Amino acid sequence: MGLDKIWVFGEANGDAVATITLEMLAKAREIADTVEVFMAGDGDDYAEELGDHGATTVYATGDLDGAMQGVSVASAVAAAVADGNGPSAFMLGTSQDGRDVAARLSVKLDAPVITNVVDLEVDGDSLVGNEPIFGGTVDVKTKNTSGKPGIFLVRPKSFTAESAGGAEAEVEDLDVPDLGATGTARVTAVFAEESDGPKLDEAAIVVSGGRGLGEKDAYAMIEDLAKAVGGAAGASRAIVDAGWVPYSYQVGQTGKVVKPMVYIACGISGATQHLVGMKGSKNIIAINKDAEAPIFAVADLGIVGDVHKVLPKLIEALKAQ
Amino acid sequence: MKVVVCVKQIPDPADPGALDPESKTLKRDQKLILDESDSYGVEMALQLVDTAGEGSVHLVSMAPNNEVGGLRTALAMGAESATLVSDDALKGTDALGTAKVLAAAIARSEPDLVLTATESSDGYTGTVPEMVAELLGLPSVTFAKSVAIDGGTAKVKRQTEAGYDDVECPLPALVSVTAGVVEPRYPSFKGIMAAKSKPVDEVTCSDLGIDAGSVGWAGSGQEIVSVEDAPARESGEVIEDEGDAHERIVAFLDELKVL
Repeated sequence: MGLDKIWVFGEANGDAVATITLEMLAKAREIADTVEVFMAGDGDDYAEELGDHGATTVYATGDLDGAMQGVSVASAVAAAVADGNGPSAFMLGTSQDGRDVAARLSVKLDAPVITNVVDLEVDGDSLVGNEPIFGGTVDVKTKNTSGKPGIFLVRPKSFTAESAGGAEAEVEDLDVPDLGATGTARVTAVFAEESDGPKLDEAAIVVSGGRGLGEKDAYAMIEDLAKAVGGAAGASRAIVDAGWVPYSYQVGQTGKVVKPMVYIACGISGATQHLVGMKGSKNIIAINKDAEAPIFAVADLGIVGDVHKVLPKLIEALKAQ
Repeated sequence: MKVVVCVKQIPDPADPGALDPESKTLKRDQKLILDESDSYGVEMALQLVDTAGEGSVHLVSMAPNNEVGGLRTALAMGAESATLVSDDALKGTDALGTAKVLAAAIARSEPDLVLTATESSDGYTGTVPEMVAELLGLPSVTFAKSVAIDGGTAKVKRQTEAGYDDVECPLPALVSVTAGVVEPRYPSFKGIMAAKSKPVDEVTCSDLGIDAGSVGWAGSGQEIVSVEDAPARESGEVIEDEGDAHERIVAFLDELKVL
């Protein structure tokens, strides 16, 4: 027995639907009879891919002309709900725009947002979200009891995206009402930070560096090792905050969630913030000077040692292979 | 320019957190400190007021037991005054309820700019800033990695998955800032002494005109149905490096056939 209808927030990377959206569609299909997508932008560009993943209808706002997605999409959805066209529950990805939409919508519907969800189950006519806390050592299950549609913020990599072989989705207008003062922020320019090699959240091997590297220049070892194993380079929040590498490198609660075949943590102590972003990796190798570092509790192979000594030899040995 | 910064006072992250088995919420009976994430907003506010050449920085916080430890830290950094909302009726308040309380407290000072962190370090729902903006009817820019004020407009670089966006937003507005946006100053001795006599206005729900039934356990439209230990990850082999640890790593990778 599932829910009648779930609305999934659609996000895009250029011409393609974002992975997080496809992951949520896979789960939504399992727990609801009807799955539809709501999104900013032009729905026609994504109707085929979304339909293939099980969405029957795409409600799209059209070009927002630089307005912020959060307030625009939430206002449009709240209007649709007021007209009686809303779903039983909303699923949104834990992204910048996903959070903005969920939060604005929460106020408009006076319904709570259940956050950091990695799994969902149906309980009667409501949904229960599972949120791991304390670095994933404790699971907390929270039920929407508001009597309003549940709003769930889902963490990336919680579900596996899978084609359902569905037909192209119908595209319908999602009208954005007059936003008044709340709609006055405008995006004036968009910048992408280019990086070489495989993407951090798609690579089979991820090599991450942390404060234990000691200084910014030492991060070059992380990039060399990543290159040597054909992987992607990542970082802990500590060295992103310190300005050694851009935010796009960050693995963890506030960065990317990665689940590679192998994760190599170099000079990372393993703060909760970091663990939630990489604990799902199939194999974990950790190198750290401090034998008591929490990272060793999740490592399949732990090396108590100095990254400045281990990494150069490791890079050399791998290059020689 | 009047800037309000939302700050959260949290248990020291160095102390392992725990859930109260009865209420199933985070225990908050120990001394609370300023959430490090909020020190960036405080610093940003101080710098913006400094650049503008006029204005003031006011803090707003909600905490149990009239806790002011974290507020004093932010006051010592240079904020002028604070409002603390503390009320037994707020026990069990969720993110939406918290936003309602903060919005009501912020509205009293009619700020030009509201600054927050992107998320707290202990609850990390990451939804309160945008909820506050919606409740106050303000435009907002979240995940700012730099903020400048130029003639009544906030110019923000907003972090995105791919890089960043330039965003312009007329004031009054709410901006949430990422960690690392500025380097928070350490309070000076003079600042710490001065903070002791700075005004902290302690208010309750009824002072703010908030119906106690709309916050706390009663106002929360969600219920924690279970708390269980997650299946533990089996810990593996830990070895001391004696100069040949790299060989062990290569062998491990070879076994997995990932090279």
